[in-house]
Amino acid sequence: MILIVAEHAGGKLGKSTLEMVTAARESGREGPITLLVLGSGVAEVANASAAYADQVLVADLPELATYNAELWAAATAQIAQEGEASTVMIGGSRSGREYAPRVAVKLDAPYLEDAIRLTSSGSALQAQRYTYLARVTETVEAEGPVIVVTVKPGSFAPAQAAGTAGEQYDVELTLPTPRVEVTGKSVEKTSRVALTEADVIVTGGRGVGSPENFSAYVEGLADAIGAGVGATRAVVDAGWRPYAEQVGQTGKTVQPGAYIALGVSGAVQHLSGMGKSKHIIAINKDAEAPIFKVADYGIVGDVNQIVPALIAEARK
Amino acid sequence: MNILTLVRQVPDAEARVKINAQAVDLEGTTLVIDGMDEYGVEEALRLRESGAAVEQIIALAVGPKRVEDALRTALAMGVDRAIHVETSERLDAVALSRIVAQIAQAENIGLILVGGQEADWDSQALGAATAERLGWPQLTWTNELKIEGDVLTGRHDVDDGNESFRATLPAVVTTQQGLNEPRYPTLPNIMKAKKKELRKDDLSQYGVQPMVRYVNAEIQTRARRNHMIDGKDPQAAAAQLLELLRNEAKVLS
Ligand SMILES: Cc1cc2nc3c(=O)[nH]c(=O)nc-3n(C[C@H](O)[C@H](O)[C@H](O)COP(=O)(O)OP(=O)(O)OC[C@H]3O[C@@H](n4cnc5c(N)ncnc54)[C@H](O)[C@@H]3O)c2cc1C
Repeated sequence: MILIVAEHAGGKLGKSTLEMVTAARESGREGPITLLVLGSGVAEVANASAAYADQVLVADLPELATYNAELWAAATAQIAQEGEASTVMIGGSRSGREYAPRVAVKLDAPYLEDAIRLTSSGSALQAQRYTYLARVTETVEAEGPVIVVTVKPGSFAPAQAAGTAGEQYDVELTLPTPRVEVTGKSVEKTSRVALTEADVIVTGGRGVGSPENFSAYVEGLADAIGAGVGATRAVVDAGWRPYAEQVGQTGKTVQPGAYIALGVSGAVQHLSGMGKSKHIIAINKDAEAPIFKVADYGIVGDVNQIVPALIAEARK
Repeated sequence: MNILTLVRQVPDAEARVKINAQAVDLEGTTLVIDGMDEYGVEEALRLRESGAAVEQIIALAVGPKRVEDALRTALAMGVDRAIHVETSERLDAVALSRIVAQIAQAENIGLILVGGQEADWDSQALGAATAERLGWPQLTWTNELKIEGDVLTGRHDVDDGNESFRATLPAVVTTQQGLNEPRYPTLPNIMKAKKKELRKDDLSQYGVQPMVRYVNAEIQTRARRNHMIDGKDPQAAAAQLLELLRNEAKVLS
């Protein structure tokens, strides 16, 4: 079987899960597509999953109420072993890329990280992935009775529901006691679309000038066109915006239909997180800013003048 | 306790990447210690300076002859000694974690520090794979760290924000920007570093085979439209951009 660990939040199946279903269908790997739902109170997610898989395995346990690398790795490896999985697919989110290597070690399996494309030839699985801060696309290959893969969010089209719903089964797990104790948590919630799910993103850099301007211009434009809000590291480090909004090497990787960068210079570490966006739009007062090299549409101008005009125009 | 800090050597972030014979060609490229690993080296030094019972800080690199330079940088920053497992073979993180785990055991390591993401291969896997091999907890994307006795506390980034944590050593920590500001090696320390031990190990000692084959590499050359709009008349520029987004790119309705 191809075992996909479902990503879900707030009782909803994540878009990345549907992307992994497509990756599984396209991969050429053997076996029925199986979604594994880990969590607590996940009946809704399990029901939603059934439309996309041949079968759904559900572990609905209080211990799994919040993500933990050791628990997720133990659960996934156990189910992969019991089900003799040929392939284990895990979302290429921060947490996915954290526990997937542990699954690979537990299964003594090769690990293909952050795949953007998957193809099989014989018993080998080939994956394309980005390297060198996303400036290079590399092809890697592994062979084995079981291979662990993380799938980069936004790289595959979300799957359509299958004709018939897969059967649901409850699974029993033997879980270890996690050795990391979480003593506090700060969740950075925004009322907007999650960055990795947004189809359009408006990002502000230091060039927007101040936290007040960020609200007026970046949030203002995002609200006018129904977009998510992103920020550069410079803005996050300055304390203008929460880390959850940071795009780049040390922030989120995004691949929206349109990425609108306001007052962003376009440093390589920023480009590595957004350079694969379908359309890139840049507004910067410096005609030499590196962001223009990757832009489809660019305006050389002052955000203080252009953005209010854009917001007014968009609201028309 | 001994701390093991992993050091990789990567092209300088601003360096151009070239491809030759279907692989990245580093000939003539400026190579530096991976910035993410540098935070780990710095943090090891700071933990000792803050009074944690750190006996030795050992830097480890696996790679060709040239990675010695990165180890010399770590030694000049203040690491006590270095181990270089010399190989020109490219090892994936899961294979590499076998070497790291063996060394951690042999050197009686209580804390492993490794960069959160590699600036060349973009992998985030080494810390977690090593932690699993050793049966240790891992903290990834750490931006605050403290040790008291054998208790590790700090803060790290997670999917939807950040968490404070508490764990008992031994542990693996992956580091990132924000954890600290790495120091520059001073000339006297660079001189001193030349006398420090840099042990050479052979890959064959570790019985490690790569599990992933590298097939091909290509530079990303996605053609961009580069359609520039003059911003002198903000109203007109705004109208033109929205028109393009709606009708040409079709990303807005
Ligand atoms: C290990 C490491 C990891 C990193 N990770 C990330 C990451 O994940 N994400 C990230 O973003 N960065 C990251 N960085 C930082 C990165 O190198 C840059 O410093 C950062 O992206 C710059 O942010 P900026 O473009 O907002 O600011 P700046 O570089 O200061 O650029 C501001 C831009 O705004 C323009 N401007 C100024 N005023 C106006 C105006 N009135 N109207 C229009 N334009 C104006 C300027 O011309 C300039 O181009 C990382 C760095 C390191 C070393």
